Amino acid sequence: MHFIINGQNHALDLDSRTSLLDLVRDHLLLTGTKKGCNQGACGACTVLVDGERINSCLALAVQYQDRTITTIEGLVSANALHPLQQAFIEHDGFQCGYCTPGQICSAIGMMAEMEHGVPSAITADLAGETVQLTHDELRERMSGNLCRCGAHNGIIQAIQDSFAEGGDFKTNYPKEAAE
Amino acid sequence: MIAFDYTRPASASEAIAIAAKQAHAKYLGGGTNLIDLMRETIEEPTALVDVSTLSNTIDVRDDRILIGAGVKNTAVAAHRAIRERYPMLARAILAGASAQIRNMASVGGNILQRTRCTYFYDDAAHCNKRWPGTGCDARDGFNRNHAILGASPACVATHPSDMCVALAALDATVHLRGVDGDRTMKLIDLHRLPGGRPDIETELRQGELITAVELPSLPSAARSTYRKVRDRSSYAFALVSVAAALDVDDAGHIRDVRLALGGIAHKPWRAFAAEAALRGTPATQPNFRDAAEIELKDAAGLRDNTFKIELAKRTIVATLSELNGRDRS
Amino acid sequence: MSIIQKAMQTVIRLMPDAASDPMIGADREIGKSLSRIDGPLKVTGQARFAAEVPLERLTYATLVHSTIARGRIATIDVAEAEAAPGVVLVMTYKNAPRMPPPLQMMVDAKGAAASSLPVMQDATIHWNGEPVAVVVAETQEQADYAATLVHVTYDVEQAATSFDHLKHKARTPASILGEPANITVGKAEAALGKAKFSIDQRYRTPHQNHAAIELHAATVLWEGNKLTVHDTTQMVNLTRSTLAAVFRIPEDNVHVLSPFVGGGFGNKGLWSHQILAAAAARLIDRPVRIVLSRAGVFRITGGRTLTEQRVALGADDDGPLTALIHTGFAGMTEHNDCPEQFTFPARHLYAAKSFLIDQKVIDLDMVANTFMRAPSESIGTFALESAIDELAEAMNVDPIALRRRIEPEKDPTSGLAFSSRNIVEAYRRGAERFGWDRRNAVPRSQRDGDWLIGYGVATATYPYYRMPGGAARIRLGVDGRAIVQMASHEMGMGTATTQAMHAAERLGLPVGNVTFEYGDTDLPPGTIAGGSSQTASIIAAVTAAADVLAADLIKLAGNDSPLAGLKPADVAMRDGGLCERDNPQKSESYVSILQRAGRDEISAEAAASMPLETQKYSMHSYGAQFCELRVNEVTGETRVTRWLGSFDTGRIVNPKTAASQFRGGIIMGLGLALMEDTVFDERTGRIMNPSLAEYHVPVHLDVPDIDVIWTDVSDPHSPMGVHGIGEIGITGVGAAVANAVYNATGKRIRDLPITLDKLM
Repeated sequence: MHFIINGQNHALDLDSRTSLLDLVRDHLLLTGTKKGCNQGACGACTVLVDGERINSCLALAVQYQDRTITTIEGLVSANALHPLQQAFIEHDGFQCGYCTPGQICSAIGMMAEMEHGVPSAITADLAGETVQLTHDELRERMSGNLCRCGAHNGIIQAIQDSFAEGGDFKTNYPKEAAE
Repeated sequence: MIAFDYTRPASASEAIAIAAKQAHAKYLGGGTNLIDLMRETIEEPTALVDVSTLSNTIDVRDDRILIGAGVKNTAVAAHRAIRERYPMLARAILAGASAQIRNMASVGGNILQRTRCTYFYDDAAHCNKRWPGTGCDARDGFNRNHAILGASPACVATHPSDMCVALAALDATVHLRGVDGDRTMKLIDLHRLPGGRPDIETELRQGELITAVELPSLPSAARSTYRKVRDRSSYAFALVSVAAALDVDDAGHIRDVRLALGGIAHKPWRAFAAEAALRGTPATQPNFRDAAEIELKDAAGLRDNTFKIELAKRTIVATLSELNGRDRS
Repeated sequence: MSIIQKAMQTVIRLMPDAASDPMIGADREIGKSLSRIDGPLKVTGQARFAAEVPLERLTYATLVHSTIARGRIATIDVAEAEAAPGVVLVMTYKNAPRMPPPLQMMVDAKGAAASSLPVMQDATIHWNGEPVAVVVAETQEQADYAATLVHVTYDVEQAATSFDHLKHKARTPASILGEPANITVGKAEAALGKAKFSIDQRYRTPHQNHAAIELHAATVLWEGNKLTVHDTTQMVNLTRSTLAAVFRIPEDNVHVLSPFVGGGFGNKGLWSHQILAAAAARLIDRPVRIVLSRAGVFRITGGRTLTEQRVALGADDDGPLTALIHTGFAGMTEHNDCPEQFTFPARHLYAAKSFLIDQKVIDLDMVANTFMRAPSESIGTFALESAIDELAEAMNVDPIALRRRIEPEKDPTSGLAFSSRNIVEAYRRGAERFGWDRRNAVPRSQRDGDWLIGYGVATATYPYYRMPGGAARIRLGVDGRAIVQMASHEMGMGTATTQAMHAAERLGLPVGNVTFEYGDTDLPPGTIAGGSSQTASIIAAVTAAADVLAADLIKLAGNDSPLAGLKPADVAMRDGGLCERDNPQKSESYVSILQRAGRDEISAEAAASMPLETQKYSMHSYGAQFCELRVNEVTGETRVTRWLGSFDTGRIVNPKTAASQFRGGIIMGLGLALMEDTVFDERTGRIMNPSLAEYHVPVHLDVPDIDVIWTDVSDPHSPMGVHGIGEIGITGVGAAVANAVYNATGKRIRDLPITLDKLM
């Protein structure tokens, strides 16, 4: 099977049962992506596929061959932290650090959704062209990522600050699907 | 999880042909429910036929919208025509699961997801759905999330989908393809009540594949919404949910109303009785309440879920009142 | 408590005070907001957790759990599992190595195990979910599949699973964490009957789970008779000593590493999985990794147990309470010792003329319950602080004013002086900042459409603990950098950061020149990360080591140094060197001393002083929790909209990480108040929601912006004036929410969680 992960090509023989999460953690030793429940209930395993956030624990690796997959390890460029990673540190948007890679990948995927006008359950005006970056919108949209240490305030602040500062959040979000 | 063969056919017909050759094949969409069920050994397919790349367009016409079964939940909810013409559907989808799961889950898979009854999930419990004839531990156990309408002695599980509640209210039709050809079916006829065979959950035939969901024209659905009541503010299954569309004439009388309930039955529950009671009557809170009473007339509570009968009534009234744009009085 | 212990306590109390830490008040590094030193590792996914250590020839283990609560394994058929692809071993009680029961935490000084039950040694089943087999295979997928092929039948026995039906069998435990289970002062029942105002209520709290996001995991390797365990634990040293005893090898042969813990909250200790993985690894002579499934976490690691508590309060028009009664029951097992100290707050918080404190436990056949964040002050304050609110209403006084009125001058049950108590000030500042004066005491007086708005307040409190037995080593290099070492733990508290700050302050170095190393039993022994004790425990050990280091440096400096002739008591560590305390010009830098001596580094190690301060003083942390929330009148849904925690917890080392600790506790408290409930089916003794989908913890949308402030008053009797703060945030939260719900709706909810059906 062939995978494109963080810009690198990987070819390996794999049990068809292997999840995308176990592929990156156990086979490629990219252990930044975390296993918190293995049942799609916590978001710690969030990765980006073609710019969209998904739960890698519910994804069979075999189904994601030849897709562009980005994990937390792929966000660092030229040894510089992604602006959002820096903001997480600044705002203390984590404690134990276990849900953190999932929160960060999820936030990047979320920003792409915001840019493409994807509404949320609490968006008041579904017919609107754009979605406002309110505190509640961020909290609803990040609700798929549990944090048990209670770093929620710092996480939301980090995202809000990064987004307000116009960080580099361009992704390969498939526009046609959203329109 | 048992080992399985994986194939990704190029067309629906090819998928059906492959599945027909296997005794225990399953179609794989986004996998968000099936993979979990396989890990729990509830599903043990020996072959997975990946249909996630098939039927993934949304075809918008004036008189209908045809949504491919492979379209991701997010794409449906984000689609401008859905948001403008069927807001209840967009809202129902967005109320379900998490953004990550909505990005993975397909429309077909959402329809065919299975109950989250925790006794069904537990390999030590008695469950007529999982092992027919063994009994139902939920009936006298923890049943906060269980059915108050249409349940049977054999099973009190609920269907977990939010999207399907809106599809039920919208009179959606499901397009099917099988070895014997194509056919269509109303969504509300697709899922079954449990009766004596809760293990048989739909009217699908062996090897039949959902290829699309069709939304008929319903101008009044532009004024529609979905309200979900649950145990935390997000990322939880419904205790009760209500999909509603309301069309009121200038005199304040109800021309048309669509009402469906989630979280309360083995299938998405179309509230036909309440709709019939409301049509032609003034859009008032007492009338909403009367209609809710009629719909919940046969509701039966269990140890932990009796409150859902009143909650369902109140949520119906609140949702219709919100659509009616009048203050509660 | 034994007679000898009691005699010792009396002697200690009569001893003169130890001198206060002379560094109290130092503020060169302490008190500055510093981002986490390990932040870059955590945000890039490079922090390595227990399940992420790569090893050659690694195998993967999966557990098979019992499906009955009590009885015996009648048959266990492993043939099909053994024949499955990739399977290396199926271990059951029949082929597991013979192992003595693990040493029990709190009972044996070297014990880490939550339960004293032997692990997989015979056919007996003690709880529903107990491991009955371990399947080890070449891959996780193969192990998981083969585990489904182990077939077990049981001879079922009647299990003790019903808390309510077993109250008549409740027993009084020998002690509650070393404190008496029963305290009687005066005649409280009689006083209650005579009181002008009284309330007498029962409160119930359910089973809860820690639900750390990291699944319990261990990667285990044997090399001959030496065992290495990459674990996720709050107690590396106790894990080492217990595993050494279980495998009958010297402690030095066991190496436990736990550099990062993905959330602990009391739950990351020694359970059966580490022992089973090590046993399996020994049988196959290959390394084994075990990662519990999420259901496995619920089945083999215990959470907070259920309680029923009675709080009765009597009061007259003024003066202290006339009666304070706090009694009740907690579920426990016969094999553990975690009786849930829910009456602890009532022993210390309020002045009363009479007390009746009594705790009993009910033995159940369930997974051993254990300490969960603020055990069990979290749920004890739910009952007590709800009751105070009820009494205030009965008296028609403001609940903060009532608390001020019954503020004691000394500890009301022990009679000890308080070491530091500024709770009235915390309330004053909190009330002002929160706008408590805007609260209308009449329920249902504030609304916004369908939403009823309520305000609530409650006291937070948690004891100050410092654990004995820790030691620290300081390695000071000729480059002017220090490495401070102690086998302690980081699970999100910010240990590496705050301890680098403290050591830098203590040693007179910039924080950038100090590294704190921890989480490895090759280092000097640490104490457990529990009971909010670790910060003070480490500081005490580092302080002792710094004293030794200073003395050794004076010797090393010799007669050619400006320091010549000074005694250790005369010097201070400042500006990268030693100086005469009263004449700082007389100094020499560490670099200069080491260079002249021709040394690359100097190392000093010392054990912490015994925590005698806790015997002499009533030492506690305090806080005031303020809640604003909304309850939907139609559906009963509750949304917390605003929160302020005003704390009095000694000196704060790092405001940035401290604020996170407080917030984290408060947020876990919101879960406790509104949604958390491990449902335990009494018919089978089985936990029925062992998943994060069905065991609800707060999601982002449930969490409002949380404001936290603190008095920052140093405790003169603790090292550096600090108290631990990991637990206190959750205390009082349940009651503040319940009191706000009452203010919003007029409904008093006395059983947690406060779900919407209770408010419809």
